[in-house]
Amino acid sequence: MTSMVHATAPGSSSGQVNPEARSDANDEARSAEISQWGLIWRRFSRNRLSVWALRTLLLMYGLAVFAPFLAPYGADRIDTNHSYAEPTRIVFLDGQLAVCALEQSLDPFLLKYRYVDDCSRARPIEFLPKGDPYWLFGLFKLEVHLFGITPGEPLKGGAVPVTPVATPTGAPADPLASFRVQQPDSVAPKLDTVKNPPKIYLLGADQQGRDVLSRILVGSQVSLTVGLVGVFLSLTIGSVMGATSGYVGGAWDNVIQRTIEIIRSVPTLPLWAAIAAALPRTTTIVQRYFLITLVLSLVGWTGLARELRGKVMAYRSLDYIAAARLAGSSDLRIILAHMLPNAASHIIVVATLAVPYSILGETTLSFLGLGMLPPAVSWGVLLKDAQQLDSVLIHPWMLIPALPVVLTVACYFLLGDGLRDAVDPYSS
Amino acid sequence: MATFLIRRFAAMVFAVALISVLSFVLIELPPGSALDSKIAQLRQSGGEISAEQIRALEDRYGLNDPIHVKYTKWISRAVTGDFGQSFTMDQPVSTLIWTRLGFSIGLSLFALIFSWGISIPVGVYSATHRYTLPDYVIQVLQFLGVAIPQFLFALVLLIFSATVLGQEVGTLFSREYQNEPMSLAKMVDFAKHIWIPIVVLIAGGTASLTRIMRANLLDVLGQQYVQTARAKGLHERRVIWRHAVRNALHPLVMALGTTLPTLISGEVVISIVLNLPTTGPLYIRALIQKDMYLGVTFLLMLSILLIVGNLLADLLLAWVDPRVRLDES
Repeated sequence: MTSMVHATAPGSSSGQVNPEARSDANDEARSAEISQWGLIWRRFSRNRLSVWALRTLLLMYGLAVFAPFLAPYGADRIDTNHSYAEPTRIVFLDGQLAVCALEQSLDPFLLKYRYVDDCSRARPIEFLPKGDPYWLFGLFKLEVHLFGITPGEPLKGGAVPVTPVATPTGAPADPLASFRVQQPDSVAPKLDTVKNPPKIYLLGADQQGRDVLSRILVGSQVSLTVGLVGVFLSLTIGSVMGATSGYVGGAWDNVIQRTIEIIRSVPTLPLWAAIAAALPRTTTIVQRYFLITLVLSLVGWTGLARELRGKVMAYRSLDYIAAARLAGSSDLRIILAHMLPNAASHIIVVATLAVPYSILGETTLSFLGLGMLPPAVSWGVLLKDAQQLDSVLIHPWMLIPALPVVLTVACYFLLGDGLRDAVDPYSS
Repeated sequence: MATFLIRRFAAMVFAVALISVLSFVLIELPPGSALDSKIAQLRQSGGEISAEQIRALEDRYGLNDPIHVKYTKWISRAVTGDFGQSFTMDQPVSTLIWTRLGFSIGLSLFALIFSWGISIPVGVYSATHRYTLPDYVIQVLQFLGVAIPQFLFALVLLIFSATVLGQEVGTLFSREYQNEPMSLAKMVDFAKHIWIPIVVLIAGGTASLTRIMRANLLDVLGQQYVQTARAKGLHERRVIWRHAVRNALHPLVMALGTTLPTLISGEVVISIVLNLPTTGPLYIRALIQKDMYLGVTFLLMLSILLIVGNLLADLLLAWVDPRVRLDES
């Protein structure tokens, strides 16, 4: 019954106690037992937008966990015969969804590859086919993917021309059409064409023919977690520094506050960049990952420490702390058992709002070539490929990795906003 | 006031000194620098002149000395305005940085003024029209302004400018004006190019400032003196602008402490995407190529910029809010 009082919060819009819970006097008493966290969760779940942000984030982290399975190809599967292949058209052939093969030829004017559909060699989209091997959770070596294309006999229906059912992102119009010299086909030098086997690129391919969708999915593992780990580190450093500085006071407080001031008087991004540039460049991906989180948290802890110091200083003069001290609690116990839990909800809000900045930090650093480095895959690394304007104009799908960045950051901001309102007991 | 200024100035000098040490160590410490490769190059060419040059470089920058001697050699010249040599550009650092820094400051300042000019009226409107459609639209735009990485926004505007408007991008002036003297036509051409970085910088700043303005004004509007002003029969516009907004302004000034670093960071990133002749591209290149004196000087100058900005923000705060006493605390 108690659990019901916790769980029914979304329904009760005005914050009244659930009518069912009020039906007998016993439950009246129980409703008073709702913990502080229960109350926070109640207030939070009334904020629709924040709840949706939380759900979206959970979904994205779920996708990241199973990323190599969901991705049709390995993130590093290079296929130069599909360099900058457009998002694959999906056709309906022989009663199933299928993709056509692509014929690659070099455009002599633009020096870019052009692709022509060859539906006589179409293959169906298969579910749970075997493909590039990968490690799931770092434990299981698997080859099965959610969907993909396998080599084999072409579909018969492809011999006759077909109309596409859907183009995933819409094949882009040629933005440079007006600049191109109009020449009859006969004048254009004929170059060798490569007859590719059919492959599925739902979001197009990059310069080396790697699947952008697969890279976004696999890249989410770094991009979604680097912010969390970074903020966790900031939180640890910030809690120790902030709590001790507020509690001990005096010279120690002075040292820490001046340190924070110095760090804060260097502009964030140039400082991040300078530290990241000082890191050794010959590290493994995992080492680099943790070094980058360290870089982000070396600057990030200052904000958390300041917040916590303010809280601890406010609590220090309160009666319940004096009572704890009189009862013989040690300083460590007072901080850990009495002060930190009291500030916990506040810390969580500040931490949640720090995560998106951390994510943006990694993305920006990687975009500048100072964060994660290839062959590591993250959204920032992918966006680095979109740095060349002329390339993006011709291959607009290279900008798609920006969408998950914006979505994640927006969701974290909404979540943090909702949490902030929820932990404030005076919010209406 | 005078004691405050003196104390603050002393603290600033101390902070700058400490930052100069930190950034020097940070950028000097990793092995392999542009100076090393310069010396290797000289050594390869051999000959008496090269050997002499190497000796001069070693002496000038204290190559074989411990790091504190290197730092002392650098900083004692730096205070006289000689920040050393950029080894990748083969020019003194001081000839490289000043115009670029000036441009960065101008851009940031311009963006700051515009962000304020936009966010104050928009925030006031948003607060006085709470829970109406325009208020929701403004709030959604705020979220986008904060959630979109600035380099991405710059890239998108660049594409828009290149395809829809058909403008030449990636420079500050069109080719025909590049080497022309300043004229009205050149200014117009300049405006056509400069709008992208300004819009991106303003978007980021405005988003957070509008939010602060809205929240503060909502707080102030709930106070009793506002009710009193209304009860006196004052015009609503006068109540809001004369009585409420003036008291809601000072958190906006306090927010300068976070707005300035965001602006400087944003300016660095955007100018790399847009290839502007400001600090950003050269700074990041100096870091990647380990051109240490250039990197250190930029980092130090950007920090000084922020420190001075914070001081001005404090003075401004005391000016707009008489309750703030500078001499205390």
